[in-house]
Amino acid sequence: MASLLFRGLQVRPLCIYPSSLLTKKVGVFYCTSNSLHSQSVTTQNQPKTQSKVASRNQGTTLDKLLKDYEAVIGLETHVQLSTITKAFCGCAYNYGSEPNTNICPVCMGLPGALPVMNSKVIEYAVKLGLALNCKLSLNSKFDRKQYFYPDLPKGYQISQFDVPIATSGYVDLDLPLEYGGGHRKFGITRVHMEEDAGKLIHADGGNHSQVDLNRAGVPLLEIVSEPDMRSGIEAAEYGAEMQRLVRYLGVSNGNMQEGSLRCDVNISVRPRGQVEFGTKVEIKNLNSFSAISRAIDYEITRQVQLHNQGLAYQIVQETRLWEEGAQKTVTMRKKEGLADYRYFPEPDLPEVTLTKEYIEDIRDSLPEIPELKRRRYEQMGLSMQDVIFLANDVNVAEFFDATLSKGADMKLAANWIMGDIAAYMKNEKVSINEIKLTPDELAELIDSIKKGTISGKIGKEILFELIAKGGTVKGLIKEKNLVQITDPAEIEKMIDRVLAENPKQVEQFRGGKTKLQGFFAGQIMKESKGKANPGVLNKILLEKLNAKS
Amino acid sequence: MLTTVNHHHRVFLLHRSPHFILSPKSLHTFSPKCLSSSSQTLTQPPQNHPIITLPTSQILSIRHSLLNRQLTAVEIAESYLARLRHAEPKLRSFLHVADEESVLREAKEVDRKIANNEEVGLLAGVLVGVKDNICTSDMPSTAGSKILEGYRPPFDATAVKKVRELGGIVVGKTNLDEFGMGSTTEGSAFQVTANPWDESCVPGGSSGGSAAAVSARQCVVSLGSDTGGSVRQPASFCGVVGLKPTYGRVSRYGLVAYASSLDVIGCFGTSVADAGILLHAISGHDSFDSTSSMREVPEFTSKFTSLNILESRPLQGLRVGIIRETLGDGVDENVVSSIRAAASHLEDLGCSVTEVSLPSFSLGLPAYYVLASSESSSNLSRYDGVRYGNQVTADELTFLYGESRARGFGPEVKRRILMGTYALSAGYYDAYYKRAQQVRTLVQKSFKAALDENDILISPAAPSAAYKIGEKKNDPLAMYAGDIMTVNVNLAGLPALVLPCGFAEGGSAGLPVGLQMIGAAFDEEKLLKIGHVFEQTLEGHSFVPPIVAGFAS
Ligand SMILES: [Zn+2]
Repeated sequence: MASLLFRGLQVRPLCIYPSSLLTKKVGVFYCTSNSLHSQSVTTQNQPKTQSKVASRNQGTTLDKLLKDYEAVIGLETHVQLSTITKAFCGCAYNYGSEPNTNICPVCMGLPGALPVMNSKVIEYAVKLGLALNCKLSLNSKFDRKQYFYPDLPKGYQISQFDVPIATSGYVDLDLPLEYGGGHRKFGITRVHMEEDAGKLIHADGGNHSQVDLNRAGVPLLEIVSEPDMRSGIEAAEYGAEMQRLVRYLGVSNGNMQEGSLRCDVNISVRPRGQVEFGTKVEIKNLNSFSAISRAIDYEITRQVQLHNQGLAYQIVQETRLWEEGAQKTVTMRKKEGLADYRYFPEPDLPEVTLTKEYIEDIRDSLPEIPELKRRRYEQMGLSMQDVIFLANDVNVAEFFDATLSKGADMKLAANWIMGDIAAYMKNEKVSINEIKLTPDELAELIDSIKKGTISGKIGKEILFELIAKGGTVKGLIKEKNLVQITDPAEIEKMIDRVLAENPKQVEQFRGGKTKLQGFFAGQIMKESKGKANPGVLNKILLEKLNAKS
Repeated sequence: MLTTVNHHHRVFLLHRSPHFILSPKSLHTFSPKCLSSSSQTLTQPPQNHPIITLPTSQILSIRHSLLNRQLTAVEIAESYLARLRHAEPKLRSFLHVADEESVLREAKEVDRKIANNEEVGLLAGVLVGVKDNICTSDMPSTAGSKILEGYRPPFDATAVKKVRELGGIVVGKTNLDEFGMGSTTEGSAFQVTANPWDESCVPGGSSGGSAAAVSARQCVVSLGSDTGGSVRQPASFCGVVGLKPTYGRVSRYGLVAYASSLDVIGCFGTSVADAGILLHAISGHDSFDSTSSMREVPEFTSKFTSLNILESRPLQGLRVGIIRETLGDGVDENVVSSIRAAASHLEDLGCSVTEVSLPSFSLGLPAYYVLASSESSSNLSRYDGVRYGNQVTADELTFLYGESRARGFGPEVKRRILMGTYALSAGYYDAYYKRAQQVRTLVQKSFKAALDENDILISPAAPSAAYKIGEKKNDPLAMYAGDIMTVNVNLAGLPALVLPCGFAEGGSAGLPVGLQMIGAAFDEEKLLKIGHVFEQTLEGHSFVPPIVAGFAS
């Protein structure tokens, strides 16, 4: 059927009209469509430090501006769920597929087609609602949000309006230490389920746009925060925590570049001490957490300066776009009153009824969420730096936990992961799941060093082999004959040989040049092919050098 | 009182033979032994029988003739096609007639199977008309709108799929008011359908094409859709049986949505048995429609045989409530007298008939128009000129939408979109949509109470018989008022059966009047049982329109 439909689409192009029609909105749709690639590349090419520098520079002026004013910030986050099929039909969704290949009468909104709820979407919504400490609605429903746009095939979006599945929660997070650290708790207003729209594709130089409906009907969760944030860093970290959370829960890949996680910012500024909020501005087109932070800092500066110049009336309720190239926000559309989406209950879908047992089953199966993991790591005695690093990526945290479960020393495991393993992953641009080293072998490696079977130096050597090629610690030690030499008699023989070969240096040592101990140790280690136990070696070496003086 | 004794013989004969055909076990097996035992009763053409007016099941007769090898499916199809072609220039029931070759090819396939003693479904060789707002993959499906002109869906509606699976042959797509919005079929963007009883009259609507086609025997049975009476009112106007099932009984998948919470696919036939057999064929849960019911579908058809019709009072003990509010001012006196006569006929059959009052009855009409318009304003948003209809090139997107829709939709559709958009707008939602929903709850409760006290409720299907083409075209409120008898049933989601019970003045042979029987949710079985007995015992009326008699001679 899919191929048939696709033929139909080619014969009757979905959407033909001059691109000038869309100029007002082109920017928005670029951010979620094809040109994302180019944009994400620019973002990636800018090293992280740049954002830090930028915000630090801006930070000093911001601090001054914020002496008299306060920013009030809330986020709307859309999370694309990684269910096998779409929200209301059996189509799969694979990012980057050929246009209009993952579509059917339902997600195309053909006359007569009806939505049928994918129960996984409800399960994921309950998971996220519980993880965000929300109250769950035992009876919620779907509503139609109505507006016209060519990427919206039914002319309405199936969403939840007045009775969302989850409300009144909160999220805990730890700010990065480089921004001063600290713990924050931000309120969650609501979480609701809805469907995604398709994408517009603007052909190069063409006078028309085309519609790709692959994304239409893909399930989303919209998470609305309370206006609890006060700075760009807080907002960016909130966004990052949402990403961590959905990845921990396994409900989304949380990938911002693919649009699986999208954040819109609502921001207003008010004089300190004022209770009422200032005029709210919405910022869209934020493709990274650093963009969120920078866009907010820019917007705070803009609004405070307008206040200071007595031009506060120029702050109007509007949607602004973040321009990554120019590093500023620009007006996208002014809101003339509130948009009327004429919500009403979706008659094609039954109400969503959750039983207490269903919720409890899901609660019991929830994984450890980032906040709990961080608190546990903290209690284990890890430094905040280590805690934040290890808990940041669910796969790293799981790797760490698995290594500990094999009895590895906590501090050593943390050091290996944050040190050499992290460096390797960064250089090779791979994730911890892609390396060949397993937690079992890391635990074995740490244990072998601790027990003295191999030296730390040799440990490091075989670590890279384990990461790149795999294999077992025991196997490599045996294969390469790397077992540490701890037998004093054997080491003594090597010492004797080296001392005999270097009479001049022995003379000098005994003459007071004790620094030469390092030279001897190096020579002996070389003789042992690095396998001599350094403790034993040094002990005997010193005895020998000092004995005959 | 009507004497029913005379008819019992006939009824018995007619329905003894279907017995073996209908029992589920023998449905798909060809059994010459059984056939020979009953062949005499069915091979007799109705004309030769002393009582010519009693409706017979065309579906069962066709099945019998086929299995008995008295007629081939090709012969049957040809005879219907000939009648279709003959009547079509006068009636214009169809927006699209299936290619004759493909109809005959399907009929030949039925004949081949029968010749090979293969199983054939209950609708084998039965020509079915399908309302053009029900999707068919091999024919256009326009819903009577310019905006869907030439649109051919890539799938069959579930109801159509089920009909085909049982061997039914879709003979064409029938005319309707655009998107089902109307009560005369004059709202079609393409043509006006005439009433087979009087070509200067409307066939009713919105399923006017389906009703006219069955009435004129252009096809055996047909599918319609009923949002506020669109099956029942045209059934009444055209003198055929119209069955609106319980909401959820039949999948809506493939029915072009008008008002999703009210829409149901319904059935037309020339006998209660045919409407019941067709309903059975299309009923059941569908994983493509989450509002379709999981309930088991009972063997409705057994009701046509298991009944002991030889009893003098076969409906003894049944309680019938006649809805007081449906026989008052504004209802044609011919209609009132026909319904009163029908009530006394039911009494003669053993029913106890009492008047019941539904206090919320008059609130149903405005509530219906608010809810149906609201839902339709949303359902029709998808026809935005981007994918359907003639796209108007414009400098701005809003103009593209506005112009494409202005040219694609007819006036009645625009009126309802405007009303619905208004009712759902911020500031008006509570006053209109929400209040209408409250009325709907009231209506449901009052029906529930009345049906706790009664087995069925009866009323006219429409306040009048068919009226003249053009008569109410410029008076939408008058047309809306005609839906008073039917809309409450949709608000409550209940099943209702309309069957001809008498005549009003008009045309050369009078204009038929329909009786509406309303049952409890999912109790179609009872409606069919009562309707069947009523129909088989009603004396003195022939509901075959003159156009058919003219062709047969
Ligand atoms: Zn789909």
